[in-house]
Amino acid sequence: MSDFRKLKDRIAVVGVGNTSYGNFPHTDDYGLGAEAFRRAIADCGLDKNKVDGLGVCRLPYYARMGEILGLAPRWTVQFPPHGRMSAMAIIEAAAALEAGLCDYAALIYANIGRSRRVNYGGEESPGVWDPFGFTSPGAAHALMFQRHRALYGTTTRQLAEVSVAFRHHAGLNPDAVMKQPITIDDHEAARPITEPLRLLDYCLINDGAVCLILTTKERARDLKQQPVLISGFGAREAYRQSSIANFDLNFWYDEVRDVAAQTYGMAGVGPQDVDALMCYDNFSPTVLFSLEGLGFCGQGESGSFVEGGTLRLGGKLPTNTDGGHLSCSYMQGWALNVEAVRQIRGQCGERQVKDAEVVQFVAATPCSRSIIYTPG
Amino acid sequence: MSTPKPRPHIDTISQGFWDAAREGRLTVQRCDDCAHQHYPGTPVCPNCLSDKQSWAPVSGRGTLLSWVRFHRAYWDGFRDELPYNVILVGLEEGPLMLSNLIGAEPEALKIGDPLQVSFEAMDEATTLPKFRPA
Ligand SMILES: [Zn+2]
Repeated sequence: MSDFRKLKDRIAVVGVGNTSYGNFPHTDDYGLGAEAFRRAIADCGLDKNKVDGLGVCRLPYYARMGEILGLAPRWTVQFPPHGRMSAMAIIEAAAALEAGLCDYAALIYANIGRSRRVNYGGEESPGVWDPFGFTSPGAAHALMFQRHRALYGTTTRQLAEVSVAFRHHAGLNPDAVMKQPITIDDHEAARPITEPLRLLDYCLINDGAVCLILTTKERARDLKQQPVLISGFGAREAYRQSSIANFDLNFWYDEVRDVAAQTYGMAGVGPQDVDALMCYDNFSPTVLFSLEGLGFCGQGESGSFVEGGTLRLGGKLPTNTDGGHLSCSYMQGWALNVEAVRQIRGQCGERQVKDAEVVQFVAATPCSRSIIYTPG
Repeated sequence: MSTPKPRPHIDTISQGFWDAAREGRLTVQRCDDCAHQHYPGTPVCPNCLSDKQSWAPVSGRGTLLSWVRFHRAYWDGFRDELPYNVILVGLEEGPLMLSNLIGAEPEALKIGDPLQVSFEAMDEATTLPKFRPA
């Protein structure tokens, strides 16, 4: 009889790499992915020919990526180009490493949505609600936030705290795309996209790539960097309302509660121990929903919880210290996991959280996931 | 290049729903074996996996669960209607539907207010179930 919690502190992230973020029409997905991999290999000092596990996400063809990098793995997984895949892939890789399906796993994510002019709605993603004019993940989050407002009195000024805090962090991150500081009033005055959400509630669309290299704790000792251990994780899907994509009538509360119980239980810590949170933020409301599900506050209390700079560096719960999807880069959770690793290593410069020892990633989505990272 | 408003995607499962709508009847898919009701249609019942299901008429009554207002046209066909509303309706019988509010602006309503279906013809082939305050 096996138990996923046996994976506690067994697997380490040993190498991380990312490209710069922006608009790169001169290259393609593979070029970006190769650059991120090259940097992650340099980061950990591993002979790249020892990489025998390959997971790719948002890249067109795993075999072409493998050819470009000169890899002959014995474990390959291709993840669909959905934002929720980052922690799913990391957990899959951890299980594969523990089972001995591979010794060193490289996970590569590349996004060239900016240069391709991706819209994330309309004819690109036909759906059952199109005749009524309903489309796009942002609109699903607008539906949820409108309901959260009505049920709990959450305000758009409270929601603005999320975007304002992350933009502040982006200003401290040389890699971030959007560095110009914003205020709550700027958020309130921004162009509405799908009301009640405005431009500053929406993630960026930019090009870039991210790579993480994982191995077992024992093998990690022979590499260049301090290992960062995966100490806890949890998972729960909510498929029952999937015909309205990216939507849940109860804000994925029950699922994230379940994920929190699994993750904190496995790691042996609680919300009060978390030094920094990396929160999937395709749209700002999901940060509020994540905070409630993880138990940083009660359901319906996230609006007042984030008031007054709670999520900023120096605040009670520094969150998305790289600027997140809203202001750093739309790397769909992948860059946030890299940021978690760098915070544990103490490599974050001006945006470093002092003595960060417990850093948590969370994604409240139809496939909710969380991972807790600690120093090895 | 101008694109028209998107039309419903009609297949062997959804055909019954759109046929009924054209006749002014709102339906949801009901399992012949366990009576589970859901929308949109599915090839098997999500509750018991039966492949015997029918489009069953519902009351047309529901409540407003949420709403949004689009300020961006993802299809050219909606450009002239910006900013337009989309509402989330909880049908009395359980299933959720997205639609448009007619006969009022959603700002004038509260979450939980009662709604009633009201059919609006797109053209001869297609009628959309919309909702107005009850
Ligand atoms: Zn059934």
